[in-house]
Amino acid sequence: MLELEGICFSAEDESREVEILNDIDLVLDDRFIAVTGPNGSGKSTLAKIIAGILQPTSGRILLDGEDITGLSVTERAKKGISYAFQQPVRFKGITVRELLSIAAGKDATMADICGILSEVGLCARDYIDREVNASLSGGELKRIEIAMIIARGTKMSIFDEPEAGIDLWSFQSLIRVFEKMHEEIKGSILIISHQERILNIADRIILLSDGRIRKEGTKEEIMPELLGYGQPCRTLTDKL
Amino acid sequence: MDAIQQNLLEQVAGLHEIPAGAYNIRANGQMAGRNTTANIDIVTKEDKAGIDIRIKPGTKSESVHIPVVLSQSGLKESVYNDFYVGEDADVTIIAGCGIHNGGSQTSEHSGIHRFFVERNARVRYVEKHYGSGDGSGERVMNPTTEIHLAEGAYLEMETVQIKGIDSTRRVTKAEVGRGASLVIKEKIMTHGRQSAETDFTVNMNGEDSGVSLVSRSVAKEHSRQMFRSRIIGNASCHGHSECDAIIMDEANVSAIPELTANDIDASLIHEAAIGKIAGEQLMKLMTLGLTEKEAEEQIVNGFLK
Repeated sequence: MLELEGICFSAEDESREVEILNDIDLVLDDRFIAVTGPNGSGKSTLAKIIAGILQPTSGRILLDGEDITGLSVTERAKKGISYAFQQPVRFKGITVRELLSIAAGKDATMADICGILSEVGLCARDYIDREVNASLSGGELKRIEIAMIIARGTKMSIFDEPEAGIDLWSFQSLIRVFEKMHEEIKGSILIISHQERILNIADRIILLSDGRIRKEGTKEEIMPELLGYGQPCRTLTDKL
Repeated sequence: MDAIQQNLLEQVAGLHEIPAGAYNIRANGQMAGRNTTANIDIVTKEDKAGIDIRIKPGTKSESVHIPVVLSQSGLKESVYNDFYVGEDADVTIIAGCGIHNGGSQTSEHSGIHRFFVERNARVRYVEKHYGSGDGSGERVMNPTTEIHLAEGAYLEMETVQIKGIDSTRRVTKAEVGRGASLVIKEKIMTHGRQSAETDFTVNMNGEDSGVSLVSRSVAKEHSRQMFRSRIIGNASCHGHSECDAIIMDEANVSAIPELTANDIDASLIHEAAIGKIAGEQLMKLMTLGLTEKEAEEQIVNGFLK
């Protein structure tokens, strides 16, 4: 269980203090938790604060009752927090096999890698020795990013817009990845997303806007409101 | 050969025992072993230190090992090795130099290698440089490589210096003939107060000649690196050079590319990038449970692999 208590985060922008997160209180113990909200609402900042990449200006983070606010990214990773970046990172010279081995914390075998990559719709034979560099497409990188989280198998997994850039692969498969992860680990999965189909599987949806929690509840409670905000432009949808 | 020399030999040539095929092992300025084959002859030069390696036309799938090891502090030598590779041959040449300096005097090896590669011959040339020993004496290595590629010839050179060389100036000059191609892959890591200078000059003289120079380097601590590449297109040709460096700590890296086209159909490209390890790369590996130091090592090792 992950708890956030009074989390605030502000950053300097052109010598002026900008509040990005304001007094966030959350208890994350459900299966699937979705965080949604408009661009700039603080969703990714929240994920980075949980992973330890950003330090909150004030507030506490507790993992299974232990205060982890002062712990580094590495220490939090070792305690069981995983974070799939919105924009996957490229590495010259590091192969898919090596990254998955680092993620798994052991030398991953061909069978391990085949099992993990097939879940994200990639064939191990084609990818195991590929470098995670610019030769891979955005969609491939994104799936490898997700595969790393599967390889880690931790109790708290955060995915930042996992659907963005997923090419030739269905939402259904992505959702199956989340379901299988939960079946195997029984942990919590926090997904930052705009996608209705992903929000639909969430046990709880958190709506952020301007750095505050606007609403929190089941999908039945939140979805009607969400569908109201940000309605796509009619001229565009008619054309589509 | 003693244990120190054997370790150097393993580092620079991957040799645990006497290699198969032709070889010439030089230890502390003396010949420590030689073997020739029906197709590959090795002859000691009479006018200066060094050897001539003659590979008969049509020799296929043979290798030549010519490692050099120095373990005597203060030894300085210049060695001239000439390779004559006959038409249609296809061979692997493994050179390399290891210096162990446990004393206070500078040890220095300058290897001048010339390659004359005849029509349609193919050569893979691997060169590794390595230094060890905790003496205060410097370990200096100045390799010069001169490559002449005849029509349709191909030479691939892999040059690696990962550890222990205090100062190096690496000069490579090549003349590339019609339809011939040259591929050079260089990997360098420097640390402490080491300095490494690389200087490539490639003349593309023949129609449809090609060259690809790729240098990847990591400069740590107070070390200094200089990469200079000159590609001159004198005919219709393709030339590509790429210098990619990671800079760390207080290090200093310069890249000076130079392209000259003397023919309207010369197509030449240079790419150079110098930068520190991206913060997001470190961060990603740290979210996978590595410490910052471990993450840095992974990134550097992958980059130089």
